Amino acid sequence: MAPAISFSSVRKTFGEVTALNGVDFSAPAGSVTVLLGPNGAGKTTTVRLTTGAMIPDFGAIRVLGLDPLTDGDEVRARVGVVPPKPAFYDQISGWDNLQFAATIFGADESEARRAAEQFGIVHALSQDVGGYSTGMRTRLALARAVLHDPEVLMLDEPTAGLDPESARAVLDLITEMAGRGRTIVMCTHLLHEAEGIADQVVLLENGKVRASGPPRALARRYMPDPIVIIDAEDRSMLELISELDGVLAVRDEGAFHITLDSTDRIPDLVIELVKRGVRPTRVEPLEPTLEDLYFEMQRAHRETG
Amino acid sequence: MRWTMIKAVIRIDLFRLFKTKDYWIPLIILGGLFFVILPVILLGSLSLIQASPMIAQIGDIIGTLPDAVQQNIKGDNPATRASYVFAVYLLAPIAIVVPLTISSAVGANSIVGEREQGTGEFLAHSPLTVREIYVGKLLASLIPGYLAGIVGFAMYALVVNVIVGSQVGGWFFPTAGWILLVLWVIPPFIAIALSLILRLSASVRSAASAHQASSLVTLPVILMSYGVASGLLYSPVISAAVSGLVAWIIAAILLVTGAKSIKRERLLGVSADA
Repeated sequence: MAPAISFSSVRKTFGEVTALNGVDFSAPAGSVTVLLGPNGAGKTTTVRLTTGAMIPDFGAIRVLGLDPLTDGDEVRARVGVVPPKPAFYDQISGWDNLQFAATIFGADESEARRAAEQFGIVHALSQDVGGYSTGMRTRLALARAVLHDPEVLMLDEPTAGLDPESARAVLDLITEMAGRGRTIVMCTHLLHEAEGIADQVVLLENGKVRASGPPRALARRYMPDPIVIIDAEDRSMLELISELDGVLAVRDEGAFHITLDSTDRIPDLVIELVKRGVRPTRVEPLEPTLEDLYFEMQRAHRETG
Repeated sequence: MRWTMIKAVIRIDLFRLFKTKDYWIPLIILGGLFFVILPVILLGSLSLIQASPMIAQIGDIIGTLPDAVQQNIKGDNPATRASYVFAVYLLAPIAIVVPLTISSAVGANSIVGEREQGTGEFLAHSPLTVREIYVGKLLASLIPGYLAGIVGFAMYALVVNVIVGSQVGGWFFPTAGWILLVLWVIPPFIAIALSLILRLSASVRSAASAHQASSLVTLPVILMSYGVASGLLYSPVISAAVSGLVAWIIAAILLVTGAKSIKRERLLGVSADA
């Protein structure tokens, strides 16, 4: 797939602070890319540079084959953005806010209404936005971002502070748009949200891309050895696990996370533990989640400096 | 520039202003005070005081005006002539002070307000060009002030004609000078002030700073326009037209260059927290 967005050696500073420091990544067209990283990693700056709302100090950015610096107006017309704290003109109604956005993005009233229906906000459109809850504001922001059916949708911490139903609406939107071949970039530090929807993960930390790629490929790279979670009635007896054959590492994380050289070792490991008088209460091969991967990647990068 | 976009910016700004009573009620009070209450008190008092030392003093002042002006002053007695002078000449600057004050108040908040509310982020990511944002904001600030000026002017004309007209043989207001002032001179002066104020609004950190800074711009423009407005009413129509033309040219230059003051990054309220 050709990249819908590509960053090449992009650098952006704010005074003494370096927000992005030589960032390279690309988001393939029609894919869901999740930008992972702690607060201050540079995720929001990445979104702002993508639309040309900000100008990089150095590097090249291409969006839908265009340069946001020179073709910014066209880029912005084809991209939708949901900012981390969606703001509206609070003194006027949700509908007036949507109508304004529709005019700006060249959409008509029926498209604005359809977007409002998609996010279940129609009932509140006549109210002033100042009276909206956080969830309603986010739903309105989602409607505003997609009413022109953008080719690229960028969501910056879209579920922050949302109730589960609204958070679900965000994730449903991503799935629905990705299914229609749209390119989605979602910034989050809530790893469980990205689970299952990310075609690609980009780990940002201190303005640098620490790792990027499909979750499975990253898992193979950062967590190549299988892990099994074991717990027992008497946990102190589990300390002997590290002496057993095939055990590469043991981490106590509530239950013991045992890294093995092969999943074939699991039956023998359990038999050996039982022989030694251990009564296991849990034996569960670990399917690495994005969260596991995230912390593993961070740990690996800390160790390699 | 796409006028559909500019109209959308103007419409949303005016609609917000209309819905914010805390903002426009004081402005209406200001207009009412200058265009109606003060003229009623002043002109009413003059019409009641037919003979007093003050009227005599005003008569002396009228005597110092150019002959061409004196010939235009209507009225058979000093009190009526004094009322006429007040109505036509001395209260002229209010026609420019009020709309300028209102437009400045709206304009000062227009760009920095977007940043403070967070709505600047939406504008920054939108396909609106900075020029469209600038022109939209400028017109959205100019319209309320100018409309207030027009409505106030109409009310002032009513007050003047009712109070002074009966003494000078009928309705006489507005004069040609006033019509020229309202239609030709006031708009460019408001535009000059706004083009400077929007630059400030685009560069300061808070709405409070914008309001403080805008007073630094507004005051000299008010003083300048005060002088021009007063002078115009005493001058032949042709010189008033020329003065207005010069003001329009200055306004046009400032307007064309003013769009550069708006930066998308500033709309985002960018600081080092990204």
